[in-house]
Amino acid sequence: MAEIRPRDARRPVERPLSPHLQIYRLALTFLMSGFHRVTGFGLYFGTLLLAWWLLAAASGPNAYAKFQWFAGSFIGQFLLLGYTWALIHHMLGGIRHLIWDTGRGFGPQEREWLAAATIIGSLTLTLIIAVISYFAIGGPR
Amino acid sequence: MSAGAQKHFRTELARVRGRGAAKSGTEDFWLQRVTSVAGVPLTIMAIVIGMLLLGRNQAAAAQILGSPFVAVIMLLFVICTVLHMKIGLQEIIVDYVPNESMKLTLLLVNTFYSWVVGLICAFAILKMSFGV
Repeated sequence: MAEIRPRDARRPVERPLSPHLQIYRLALTFLMSGFHRVTGFGLYFGTLLLAWWLLAAASGPNAYAKFQWFAGSFIGQFLLLGYTWALIHHMLGGIRHLIWDTGRGFGPQEREWLAAATIIGSLTLTLIIAVISYFAIGGPR
Repeated sequence: MSAGAQKHFRTELARVRGRGAAKSGTEDFWLQRVTSVAGVPLTIMAIVIGMLLLGRNQAAAAQILGSPFVAVIMLLFVICTVLHMKIGLQEIIVDYVPNESMKLTLLLVNTFYSWVVGLICAFAILKMSFGV
């Protein structure tokens, strides 16, 4: 039988560490990689907004009025705008990842183009949604 | 077979599969891809539904959200999102939390949070749909 020796879990294993964030030059692809994780993390908690909205609509006029008051407040507007942008950015970033999953889009120009398209696309779409929403709720009042 | 070749109890099949004691390995990876593919059209539709409900009162919002087509889209969106976000946060936790007990605690909280949020959304949609 091979000798079995339980490894001491308390002692950190001595092995070379891979370079971390501060080693690399800031690049758009690197930023978009981070944005994808950060927007995903934000959306995780943003789902509470979705749950509150649906629960309020299912509960009745008073509950819905409370949600609408919050959604119309400065913080509510900021959170809804942020949630919308994060949702769209994460969706576009996800499409980029799905393209990569097929083995395409790794070339030097392609990956830069995809990274730029993710951020420009998400900001543009969010702006369009924000403008439409602004006029849908009655525009300047 | 000589006595010297029998050094371990693991079968050759287990060895070539290379998974150690794990019985599986790629379910989360695959489910994350499935939910991201489904998530693209569902997210677009959910945003459109959300925008259509802007400024409407509760009665109108509940009626639209509870109508069969919208309710099914929203249910699919919620289920897809919750599955995706649970795996996503799990990945973040195992990446950044080195402490074993803290990691297990956060993984538990992640599971509970995802189920609770998902069930709240699904229950609300069904309640509006069945009008009770």
